[in-house]
Amino acid sequence: MQRIDEQTFAQVELLAKLSLSKEEKCYAMAEMEKLLTYMDELQELDTEEVDAMVHVLPQVNIFREDVVTNTDGRAMLMKNAPKSKEEQLVVPKTIQS
Amino acid sequence: MNKTVLEMSALELGKSLRQGAIGVEEATGIYINRIREIEPRLHAFLHMDEDKVYTRVREVEEGIANGKYTGALAGVPVAIKDNICTKGLRTTCGSKMLEDFIPGYQAEVINRLEAAGMIVLGKTNMDEFAMGSTTETSAFGVTRNPWNEEYVPGGSSGGSCVAVASGEAPLALGSDTGGSIRQPASHCGVVGLKPTYGRVSRYGLVAYASSMDQIGPIGRNVADCKALYEVIAGYDVKDSTSYMEAALKQESVGCEKKALRIAVPKNYLYSPSKADTARADGEVSAAIEQAAKLFEQNGAKVDYISMPMTEYAAQAYYVIACAEASSNLARFDGVKYGYRSREAQNLHEMYRRSRTEGFGAEVKKRILVGAYALSEGYYDAYYLKALKAKALIKAEFDKVFEEYDCILAPVAPTTAPRLGESLIEPLKMYQGDAYTVAVNLAGLPAISVPCALSEKGLPIGLQLIANSFEEEKLFAVAAEYEALRGVMPTAMEQKGRC
Repeated sequence: MQRIDEQTFAQVELLAKLSLSKEEKCYAMAEMEKLLTYMDELQELDTEEVDAMVHVLPQVNIFREDVVTNTDGRAMLMKNAPKSKEEQLVVPKTIQS
Repeated sequence: MNKTVLEMSALELGKSLRQGAIGVEEATGIYINRIREIEPRLHAFLHMDEDKVYTRVREVEEGIANGKYTGALAGVPVAIKDNICTKGLRTTCGSKMLEDFIPGYQAEVINRLEAAGMIVLGKTNMDEFAMGSTTETSAFGVTRNPWNEEYVPGGSSGGSCVAVASGEAPLALGSDTGGSIRQPASHCGVVGLKPTYGRVSRYGLVAYASSMDQIGPIGRNVADCKALYEVIAGYDVKDSTSYMEAALKQESVGCEKKALRIAVPKNYLYSPSKADTARADGEVSAAIEQAAKLFEQNGAKVDYISMPMTEYAAQAYYVIACAEASSNLARFDGVKYGYRSREAQNLHEMYRRSRTEGFGAEVKKRILVGAYALSEGYYDAYYLKALKAKALIKAEFDKVFEEYDCILAPVAPTTAPRLGESLIEPLKMYQGDAYTVAVNLAGLPAISVPCALSEKGLPIGLQLIANSFEEEKLFAVAAEYEALRGVMPTAMEQKGRC
């Protein structure tokens, strides 16, 4: 069974916020197919009576007072900005015409 | 004859430094020279800032002199995997996406190393965002195995393990999501621990699969590894999955002295064919049996058992890891930090182009598979199914630990593959992760210890797995094995190599 057709791939690519070249796409589709086929072996397991396990440890949520402890790191954070102007991040046009 | 600095274990070096037999600057300088000598051949490091190192050296010298730093590893240098944030020092995760990223904060483990008076030497190479088992998916070139440069060092913490094996650093930190400390440790002939999930703070570790990521120590022997573990372990309020100390103490009570009970999963051993990488090959299997025999001769009770759920471990692991990766790596959008494509005309295009150009092929593949597994219509079949398989795998381990102190198993089914070999057949590489990923799914602690050399002269490691929070027991058993095994050759002694 082929899972990854052009349409499915386009949808997944959009979800993943990627736009692969033709060559990359070809490789990715084939590799995804192989990996998913391997993952399908999980279907052999009878999990009817099994609860999904999210956390391995019996941890409970920890609450704390809502107090600010970090200091102002603005200048330091802005140093990593790919593009900035007057201490603001600059991005391309956000509204499409 | 006195040992040279490079021959000393980390603990021996720490002792000499505290006693003033050798200066911190001298010792660090010897390691820096060693790095200069080795790097052109092995490429374990991505970056190092010598000025910063020497500034730190002066601080530590003063700290040792005035009694601020009194710990066993004060003054000892350590190499750090490049997905652990270091303030003011580039942290790239082996990715073009973070090529110029300089964190403004640092990981809790780095705070702890500094509080112990240790010296961060530099950042080590890794598979891109820790996705890989060979250190070949790094955007900044491969790292080579010090035992034979035609072979991979394993991964993803390949740089850290090579640094320790080749004598570029006495100790290193790695991270282990599916075997990324234990497997390269095995391929490089060093000791590496993956702690219990929640034992070491993940604050400042760039996330791959958050439910399984753990930072852990790498050393040349068990005692060094344990000493570094003791520096980094413990509760941290900044990591919500960090485990409370109070609870830990209760868990450790009742570790009474009696004959060691060891389980060896027989279905991990003796692959019927080369194509079947779900079982270890003959050489690795024989090495594990030999270790089991050694334990038995020294009073341990060894049983060969069956752990059939492990046959589904890699499948479940890759579903969960890819799903979490697709979510975790959504933050890399080119807005606030990291790579941004120059081509884009609008915001959405900027996200897509930046990610497409910034991530390598393996990372993109895992993000796509993760996005698929989490998408409408496939969630139950993949993600939910994998979480149920995880419950079954955990239950299988729980059952074994009702009767046994620890599990003795291979780390990887074979010794290190040749460079380039794994990238041609990635599926085979994923299947080969079965014995390590099962441990991450179950959140358990496990340690990789060198146990033999293959016919080709490559190291084989064994894996000891214990129940949650039983690191103490694990270190005790590993140290016992190390003593029974006796001295093994090291990569540094390989003539004409290191």
